[in-house]
Amino acid sequence: MPIPSSEIIVIGAGVNGLACAARLAGQGHRVTLVEAASAPGGAMALAHLTPGIDPRVAKDMDLARHGLTFHPELAATLLSQNSPHLTVRGGEASGGDLDPTEVAAFRNLHKRLSRFAAALAPFRAMTPPRLAAKGNEWGKLARLGLGLRAMGKADFREFLRMILINAHDAATDELTDDRLRGLIAFDATLGGWLGPRSPNSLILYLNRLAMGGALVPKGGMAAVAGAMAQAAQAKGVTLRLNARVARLLVEADQASGVELDSGEKLHADLVVSAIGPKATFRDLVGPRHLDTGFYTAAGHIRARGATARLALSLTAPPDFRGADPAGRLIIAPSSEAVERAWNPVKYAGVPDRPVMEITLPHAHDGGPPRLTALVQFAPHDPADKAAAKARMLENTLTVLEDHAPGLSATIGETEFLMPWEIEARYGLAGGNWHNGDLAVEQMLFLRPMAGAARYDTPLPRLWLAGSGSHPGGWVTGAAGWNAAGGILEALR
Amino acid sequence: MTDLTHWRRPLRQTPFHPRTAALNRLNLWGPWGGYTTALAFDDVAMEHTAIRNAASVYDLCPMVKYRIRGVQAAEYLNRLTLRNAGNLPVGSVHYTAWTDDAGKLLDDGTLFRHGPEDFLICCQERHLPWLLDSAAGFDVAITEVTEDIAALSLQGPCSASVLRAAGFAIDGLKPFRMANFRFAGGTLTISRTGFTGDLGYELWTSPDLALPLWDHLFEVGAPWGIRAIGTEALDLARIEAGFIIANMDFVPASQAVREDRARSPFEMGLDWMIDWQKGHFTGRRALLAEREAGSKWALVGLDIEGNTPATGALIYTGKGREAGFVTAACWSPATKRNLALAQVGRRYLTGPLQVEVYALRELQYARLMLAAEVVPRPFFAPDRRRATPPGDF
Repeated sequence: MPIPSSEIIVIGAGVNGLACAARLAGQGHRVTLVEAASAPGGAMALAHLTPGIDPRVAKDMDLARHGLTFHPELAATLLSQNSPHLTVRGGEASGGDLDPTEVAAFRNLHKRLSRFAAALAPFRAMTPPRLAAKGNEWGKLARLGLGLRAMGKADFREFLRMILINAHDAATDELTDDRLRGLIAFDATLGGWLGPRSPNSLILYLNRLAMGGALVPKGGMAAVAGAMAQAAQAKGVTLRLNARVARLLVEADQASGVELDSGEKLHADLVVSAIGPKATFRDLVGPRHLDTGFYTAAGHIRARGATARLALSLTAPPDFRGADPAGRLIIAPSSEAVERAWNPVKYAGVPDRPVMEITLPHAHDGGPPRLTALVQFAPHDPADKAAAKARMLENTLTVLEDHAPGLSATIGETEFLMPWEIEARYGLAGGNWHNGDLAVEQMLFLRPMAGAARYDTPLPRLWLAGSGSHPGGWVTGAAGWNAAGGILEALR
Repeated sequence: MTDLTHWRRPLRQTPFHPRTAALNRLNLWGPWGGYTTALAFDDVAMEHTAIRNAASVYDLCPMVKYRIRGVQAAEYLNRLTLRNAGNLPVGSVHYTAWTDDAGKLLDDGTLFRHGPEDFLICCQERHLPWLLDSAAGFDVAITEVTEDIAALSLQGPCSASVLRAAGFAIDGLKPFRMANFRFAGGTLTISRTGFTGDLGYELWTSPDLALPLWDHLFEVGAPWGIRAIGTEALDLARIEAGFIIANMDFVPASQAVREDRARSPFEMGLDWMIDWQKGHFTGRRALLAEREAGSKWALVGLDIEGNTPATGALIYTGKGREAGFVTAACWSPATKRNLALAQVGRRYLTGPLQVEVYALRELQYARLMLAAEVVPRPFFAPDRRRATPPGDF
């Protein structure tokens, strides 16, 4: 491969595409970032919170200098319909007439799970290990393995017991308060296609703990996209908007560029796809350049979204019975309530009482009263889409009204996106946030699939860098950053 | 028998069964691809003699057959198989193989091109899911037609004479070519192909014409000693011809349970098939890598001392290190040699080899260590198999 400066095309200016492009450009490569939409950011616009940009990305891109700052970390307010709200900040629960022993129990559980999350966190920052002995970073893996073992025999045994358990069991084993159990159940399943009682759901909670808390960027999520795009351009990335890639160009059995839907061809030494792996292999590359087994497996990447997104503009600030409007407002009264909201979705139905996470953007940045909510669970492919959407919206607004009496009367504009609309707008396969279910069987060396888990692909000079790759989605840029590391290693 | 009671008769009968059953004096049957088929009729040696000296008829119906049709059929087959199907003229047949992503053999078989957009694959194992998966993104229709076609293999030096006597003008038919003929109000396709390494033809028609075809051949073929043969006699002939069979000489990668059992085209001597220039095909990148790195196994022909068949024998180096194993063996009546097909580790090919044979002699095994020499395949390849027009024996 050409050294030191390669011509590289990165497809998709979402958080991972931006992070990957910036890191590659920072190492002297000539990077063109092509984005189908008219503004950078991609599916970031879906989120209303971020666990925080991956510190490696934030530091290298110097995002603070490009104007990205955050409001103080949000506490979670567990909304009640008729009793005092409970507030949770990290491991500290307060208010809501909570029994002091339960406060201690939650603190202990949080501490323990945070230790487990900390032991797993380094895996998020590396290329997934290979099952084959050859090509592994054995030194690093040995250190991580030692790190796990260093938690001591009792903790390590507990870690092994809990790592693949479900969130509901973990929460009910250790807690008695329905609301706290509901919080763990909700946070474990947000953005996934599973309920709290589904196998392995706790590991998603650990993943969230490993990433960090809930942050609102000053200026909203658009500010993250803006700052990252500016930082990437400052590193020399050429950003091309309104440029949708129609297909990948292949010459001599190697990726050689992309063809835009305008017909324009861009040539490069390397192509990095920061869009979904399914779309990359099935649509951009196509069967003629991939082996049958791989192409078939790419079609079987499981990708189903179960989260709907509600955005309301309001004529008056909503009042959730006195809850702090600058908090992360959670409606998930119990783990059972979360599971019940999940049950119908297994059969493409709509829950009667959806659970949700609410933010009130005006409480952070001022401006007219607004509300955003990520509502679970929504079917991604119901038979009657219009009816499912209408029913989902109606049930969502009913739950909101129950918790903020009078809110319905203040609703101005409503934007409500069901998973299939999220797929259509942001290209996320199945409307899944992570462009492929984030679940144990699609993690690490199985993410997005065997044969493409280390960011490289069977097609030489085609790389993956999106949320479909390890360590998955959320607005952090970790996947894009890791991918750039793999590419730089290969170019060295 | 209904769809729910099929298990009462687990093996099907081929359209030729009324005739093969009547002739089967030994009542020797074996399962093949879901059908019951004759292993031998009365005397394996005489059946083999018919293949090499007269005319033999073998019931081919259980051979798995897929029809591939569509404007992108050739392009599809290029993606699926090792050879270039686009180079196969209409009316021709070629021997080909296909692999999985890792470049390990799934099967080998013959590909018939009936029209520009109309192909037929004949193979040993069933592959419909793989063929359908491979068809994603290609404008082709794939159907399994195993039960829709009745097929006979007519092999032996007198096979052309029998066909001439049967009224089919096959004199111009070259090896690996085929032609259509009218027969009994229907169509008979005759291809100059076979699995014996001798002059021979394969006859393809609809199941309703199976018995008329059989009767016609046996009536006009009587002067040439036409004879029904079973799988055992055919197996002798195919070993002499050096041909391999899936699940006998290699395990298809899709069926292999043990990780080290799958074999690549290089390892089964089929790498000559690979068209590196035709574009991408499944397994190409893995096979390129194997071409660079080298292969572990080789399929070889062995000439073994003595006359005891080395069936299933382990192979050792002169120093007694295990070097491979025999996949098929026989004492060859045509060449009067003790032959075997074997998989041998490539690194052992240069030195002397010996095979360990357990010979059963009146209820008692005798252990023999027999010297074996690697010799070229085919072991038996008479000029008459290629002569056009075919000889008038």
